[in-house]
Amino acid sequence: MAGPSTGRPPRRSRALGSAAARLVFLGPGLGYLIVFLIVPLALVLSYTIFKRGRFGGVVYEATADNFGRLFDPLYLDIVISSVRTAALTTLIALLIGYPTAYVIALLPRRWKTIALIAIVMPFWTNFLIRVYAWIILLSGPGLVNNALTGIGLIDKPIQLLYNEGTIVTGLLYSYLPLMILPLYAAIERLDPQLREASANLGARPARTLLSVTLPLTVPGILTGCVFVFVPCLGNFVVPEILGGGRSIMAGNLIRDQFLKARDWPFGSTLALAVVAILIILLFLQAWVSRAYGGIEGRRA
Amino acid sequence: MPRRRMIYVPFWATYVFLYTPIIVLVVMSFNAGKSPYVFEGVSLKWYGELAGDETIRNGLINTLIVAVGATVLSTVLGTLLAVGMARHSRSRLLDALGLLPAILPDIVLGIGLLVFYVTVKMTLGLHSVILAHTVFGMAYVAAVVRTRLNHADTSLEEASRDLGASPLTTFTRITLPTLAPGIAAGALLAFTLSIDEFVIAFFTSAPTEPTLPIVIYSMVRFGVTPEINALATILLAVSFTVVIVAQRMTRLTESLS
Amino acid sequence: MSRIRYTRRLPAAAIAAGLVLALAACGGSSSTSADGAAPSAATDQLNPNADLSKQSLNITIWDGYSPKDLPQRVKEKLGFDVKVAIHDTNEMAMAKLATNTDSGIDVGFVSGQYAQALNEQGLLEPLHPELIPNLANLYPEASQMSFDKGNKFSVPYTWGTTGICYRTDMVKTPPTSWNDILNPPADLKGKVTMMTTERWLALPALKYLGDSINTTDDKQLAQAKDLLIKAKQWGMLYDDTTFGAKLDKGEAAMVEAWDGWCPTTNPKIKFMVPKEGSDLWSDTMVIMKSSKNKEAAHAFINFILDPKVHSWVAENILYKVPNKAAMDLVAQNDKPLLEKNAPLKMTPAELLKGESIIDLGEASSKYTRLATEISAKQ
Repeated sequence: MAGPSTGRPPRRSRALGSAAARLVFLGPGLGYLIVFLIVPLALVLSYTIFKRGRFGGVVYEATADNFGRLFDPLYLDIVISSVRTAALTTLIALLIGYPTAYVIALLPRRWKTIALIAIVMPFWTNFLIRVYAWIILLSGPGLVNNALTGIGLIDKPIQLLYNEGTIVTGLLYSYLPLMILPLYAAIERLDPQLREASANLGARPARTLLSVTLPLTVPGILTGCVFVFVPCLGNFVVPEILGGGRSIMAGNLIRDQFLKARDWPFGSTLALAVVAILIILLFLQAWVSRAYGGIEGRRA
Repeated sequence: MPRRRMIYVPFWATYVFLYTPIIVLVVMSFNAGKSPYVFEGVSLKWYGELAGDETIRNGLINTLIVAVGATVLSTVLGTLLAVGMARHSRSRLLDALGLLPAILPDIVLGIGLLVFYVTVKMTLGLHSVILAHTVFGMAYVAAVVRTRLNHADTSLEEASRDLGASPLTTFTRITLPTLAPGIAAGALLAFTLSIDEFVIAFFTSAPTEPTLPIVIYSMVRFGVTPEINALATILLAVSFTVVIVAQRMTRLTESLS
Repeated sequence: MSRIRYTRRLPAAAIAAGLVLALAACGGSSSTSADGAAPSAATDQLNPNADLSKQSLNITIWDGYSPKDLPQRVKEKLGFDVKVAIHDTNEMAMAKLATNTDSGIDVGFVSGQYAQALNEQGLLEPLHPELIPNLANLYPEASQMSFDKGNKFSVPYTWGTTGICYRTDMVKTPPTSWNDILNPPADLKGKVTMMTTERWLALPALKYLGDSINTTDDKQLAQAKDLLIKAKQWGMLYDDTTFGAKLDKGEAAMVEAWDGWCPTTNPKIKFMVPKEGSDLWSDTMVIMKSSKNKEAAHAFINFILDPKVHSWVAENILYKVPNKAAMDLVAQNDKPLLEKNAPLKMTPAELLKGESIIDLGEASSKYTRLATEISAKQ
């Protein structure tokens, strides 16, 4: 190594190196994030106080209108209803994701890996194609209708596409793995002795799940919920492709302000409203996790 | 014990839910007929159509250029950042900043970058998508590499430094080789995310240079064609191979180290 | 948190703030200059003898709206490369063309009112008619459309009208009025679609009420909104891109359609213009001011207007072209095609009875709001 032959006193070299090293290691990444993340976000933030240009862009005249319009019942209703759709999707994802993650965590090691890869695999195909597959499945002559008529549940194809249920299905399909993975990580980390102790004390498996495993995995639950809820709120493809143009979510509203209405300031305001919801959720998550982390800490 | 078995219902339901659409896509891609719903016999004709489709081919080439570009940038910047964050900083704000692109909704990053490009009057093209994809790619690379760094033994680095090696020497001779599997995993992640990314590319690409997801989006908008099924099947096969190879590679590197 | 940490963060914050201010300042000055620029001012001096082989063109057009071998044919005939980008709706095209950055597009295909909006923004190159001798092939009516009287910045590529396209085997009483699609019989539920692009979404209701499709009157728009909401509550679906295919497969029974997209080659499918009247739309070709290949762009438009090229549109995608020479060629080559597809036979005089959608400037946000209100209503 070249180091010792430079003849510099090691101490000095290390102190100098540290300042230089900080620049070398942190400089490029940090610089990049400042230019391509912080500045764009700051621009979006600054757009919220300006007037719209007629054909997009902004006119640099300050106004508070954009924030006022956020509370226009029309837009407020859309935001609230998309929060509801996103919440419903998150809830269903949790209800079927938790037992799935639980079973995976208890599988033997080899099967565990396979089960996990199988959860992630659909994620490795194109997102749009995954959404589009549901059109084939749910449309009038599609598979689901055929199956239902086949078993005699209905006598002619019913309209399964283009309603809120379809949108929830599409969102669930897109983001379910994002719920299962953090849940799995949380359950897997638990000490199996806890479950055994609970069983030895006579608790049924269901009771062990409810009173031991569930409370201890609350941080994982919250992470999963944030991972599912946030992209649902910003999604505009699923409502468009599976909603038959009958529904609109916050993501569509933001996109439309940029693409159709060419009202960039209001679009920016809506985007920041979504970020605000995200920040509140993250704080909530951190706060609850810390509270539950305390319980786990005491256990150890 | 019926109660015990109850829990397997949602477990299997999840897999049925996840795989039914995919099986349908794959089966229908071999359909001889034009209908996306009714199977009329086995044929490879949609694969032929796909091979001859110039729009899709261009989209695929663009996507690969973007993914390679963004992966290289993300890997370099993300690795440096991870080392910097783990070894040369204790700022929690910096940690949060490094993770921000991964949690931020795509649409917010997309419009933010669009607004930025328009403000600095940058011409859109593949480069603007590469720069955009690097923002989140870097965050994922940094996160993966950092996990590896946190588990890594620091004694070698310290020994190297105590022997008077410059930080650069320590980095290239000691830190980098230790991190290699993490860097590879991060790069793979960045590559995959870039290939599938739609929303950010939607806002930051030039109309002349659409990426594959954008091409697929306009195809889907124009209705269901069996050609998309064929495309989906090929994408699935490729990702499946990549997953298996990656899995083998991690096992290999793990057994080596 | 320690003070050290705060001070460490300061430089980064200062850099970010400085950058934002700098950007805002330069963005600001440019935006005023764009606003101040008179549309269609400052014409570039074009060289009619320019060496076209040194140029190349990027065009953006709807999928399947031009011959697949168009780039090869242009290359053979004119000697330059053409690259075709696809947009699925006018709005997608506008998002790219109207952002003030150079989109890289030389020639755009957009509907008339969008061409007008681009021109008002000062983004279009005024046309040089002397470089497009084939303009003489157009019907005289083609230069009378209200979004661009005299074809100053746009050349019509196709034109037609909006009406009701329906399956004779599924719709019991043939539609006669816009009310038939706004208020369809119960047995068609889930099989009726209207368009989503805001101006065409409003069209059936406005025409039914006897209003102009360019109205900005709040009362008229509110009445139209009520009708549209009623239609949605009945179970209307919305589709701009796949209604033709759905109709062909029998997944839809009655749709609001542009004439060319009504698949009348299927004998069970008919197109009609409701008695209240409709629009005259035109998809036009425009040259972007940012183009560095304006001579090639003019040559390209001239090539399209060649009857042998332009007739492809009518023969293959069943859209009428405002090109007399091309339509004559179609009548001469393929009479049965015209006989089978009634919309192709509409004369320019009949078309001109329709009202052209024009860009409404500031007031266009009223239509955006209307469309949002319809989609938000559950």
